[in-house]
Amino acid sequence: MKLTKIALILGIASLAPSFASASTLDQVVKKGTLNCGVSTGIPGFSATDSKGVWKGIDVDFCQSVAAAVLGDPAKVKYIPLTAKERFTALQSGEIDLLARSSTWTATRDTSLGLNFAGVNYYDGQGFLVNKELGITSAKELDGATFCIQAGTTTELNLTDYFKANKMAYKAVTYDTSGQTIDGFKKGRCDAVTSDASQLYGLKLKMDDPNSVVVLPEIISKEPLGPVVRQGDDQWLNIVRWTMFAILEAEELGVSSANVDSQLKSQNPSIKRLLGTSGKAGENLGLNADWAYSIVKKVGNYGEMFHRNVGKGSPLNIDRGLNNLWNQGGLMYSMPIR
Amino acid sequence: MNNSQLPPSANGFLNNPQNRAVIFQVLALMFVVFLAFYFANNMFDNVEKRGITTGFSFLDDVAGFGISQTLIEYDDAGSTYYDVFIVGLLNTLLVSIIGIFFASVLGLLIGVGRLSSNYLISRLSLVYIETFRNIPILLQILFWYNVVLAALPSPRKSFSYLDSVFLNNRGLLLPEPIFESGSSAILIALILAITGVFFLARWSKKRHDLTGEEFPLIKVSIALVLLAPVLVYFISGQPISAEYPHLKGFNFKGGLTIIPELLALMFALSIYTATYIAEAVRAGIEAVPNGQKEAAKSLGLKDHVILTKVVLPQALRVIIPPVINQYLNLVKNSSLATAIGYPEIVTLFSGTTLNQVGQAIEIILMTMAVYLTFSIVISLMLNWVNAKMAIKGR
Repeated sequence: MKLTKIALILGIASLAPSFASASTLDQVVKKGTLNCGVSTGIPGFSATDSKGVWKGIDVDFCQSVAAAVLGDPAKVKYIPLTAKERFTALQSGEIDLLARSSTWTATRDTSLGLNFAGVNYYDGQGFLVNKELGITSAKELDGATFCIQAGTTTELNLTDYFKANKMAYKAVTYDTSGQTIDGFKKGRCDAVTSDASQLYGLKLKMDDPNSVVVLPEIISKEPLGPVVRQGDDQWLNIVRWTMFAILEAEELGVSSANVDSQLKSQNPSIKRLLGTSGKAGENLGLNADWAYSIVKKVGNYGEMFHRNVGKGSPLNIDRGLNNLWNQGGLMYSMPIR
Repeated sequence: MNNSQLPPSANGFLNNPQNRAVIFQVLALMFVVFLAFYFANNMFDNVEKRGITTGFSFLDDVAGFGISQTLIEYDDAGSTYYDVFIVGLLNTLLVSIIGIFFASVLGLLIGVGRLSSNYLISRLSLVYIETFRNIPILLQILFWYNVVLAALPSPRKSFSYLDSVFLNNRGLLLPEPIFESGSSAILIALILAITGVFFLARWSKKRHDLTGEEFPLIKVSIALVLLAPVLVYFISGQPISAEYPHLKGFNFKGGLTIIPELLALMFALSIYTATYIAEAVRAGIEAVPNGQKEAAKSLGLKDHVILTKVVLPQALRVIIPPVINQYLNLVKNSSLATAIGYPEIVTLFSGTTLNQVGQAIEIILMTMAVYLTFSIVISLMLNWVNAKMAIKGR
């Protein structure tokens, strides 16, 4: 009797889940796919097109990591998450990487058991209102009702802004961005507030995009970036340097079109980036051509921005803060050497 | 039976069926406890390994987000997550109580209507039940929300009644009573009137038992409960005034607002749950033997007296148990409000708060505890009512 019990306990103990200890890189390589958490549909960032293919700057980032780690940008499994599901999905190990326009804040970085790996879009919170209200500034929004998406920094910024300006407001909080814009369309609220980049996307979803305006005020800093689980420094490094590699490629003029000819370049920076010299890939635990693979198969940051949110997309957003540092923006890659 | 005929081991302690039963139950219990302990331990281990903050200290942190309906004082910039929890809990409670009330009234009417001898009424009741029972509740909530929002005008074009009640797509706006000093006398009058009605009811029942004479209890009670406070209101110099909603800027200011999310949720939950209650009522009434009704009729009782004095008291015994289930379902279904942004406990606490704080385990446990408590309380209350209604052993 005793023996059976001990055997039982031992048997169960041997089933102890070991996922906490295995490195994310090993797991991804073993699975052969990267589980990437994206949004349920934010145009320009992560949304499916008419053929059901995921497109967006966050989607391109997932593909970049897959290209660096697995050598194939198609080996990504996209997991659509609402704002309030996203961090739990990452904590629980359901996804390996979260690229879902998430704002980097102190609380999230320090108390959720997560690490932000960088910033792939510098954003700020803005307002979208009906043109017929005749409002030109956010300062005129005293007493207005807002539609907001639950579980976002937006909710907190709104309180701060109205408190600072001694104004009153009412908030109606929805689960997804689709419901939020729906509430606005039906007149439940006077304005939608969200990251400015998303407002341009929401504007396109209106029946008549010209009936609404985006107000000029930006009331917060929203640095959006990819997130990984805390405690796996190797994986954090891979994601962080993937971000830097796509920035470095743009800065050095290496694009998907010319990357093959750039392989013969004598520029030492380009040689280190593309792995023809130096040990960047090896140190990350990846192949020497990791960055070549990213640029060749996905592109550099400038290309991603242009086709997803910039002039080459319906959103038509200016580079602004998201330009390279030497062109008046904030995008700056740490040197790859 | 002769023991010596059995093999020696069969006499052992372990071969006694009673001992065996106890041993296996103890073993099974140990196994379950061990499993629970093992998983809890594992959970805490993993949470700690990943550097996720644990504990309930987050409840004292400032929440810092707006909520569209708060029954207690709530300040966007100063209230804590604990306040958010209470606000969510009360909002769930509010929609559940309103929903249970309307579902019961509607369910009773439709259930009785289903058995009506009037062809139109019984067919309409049948159509109502079969329609609303067979559409998922989430769809009904979304439907009513869209209907409420689509059918109502914008604030500047509100429907208004006497310039004091307004209806628009921001909700139903009512004048808010302001209680000034001296208004407590009215409350006292109301309480006295209700106590009076209670004693009156006992007296009239006693008198009816003794003499058989009917006392118009309901009419007198309503008059008493209504007149007493109104009389005191005028005697004490009208200490209650009203604050009327008025249009200012975008929206109405002042007054009480019933938000469209609450209206939609209330409609959907009551209409859906009423179908099940109606069926329970019908089953209960049909369970009363026909002889009872015929006997009552032969005594010369009127139809409505037969229903209220003979049929319903007996039917209630059959009706109450399934209705308890429906009440519990209604409370649990109210969590679907998260689809339309009604700020109840799931939306506020395991939605927004969870995302701001990130402590999934604590928050989900607290939310589960809320529903568990609500359900157990409802269940206990109705079990008590059921025990009161049960046939007394004679």
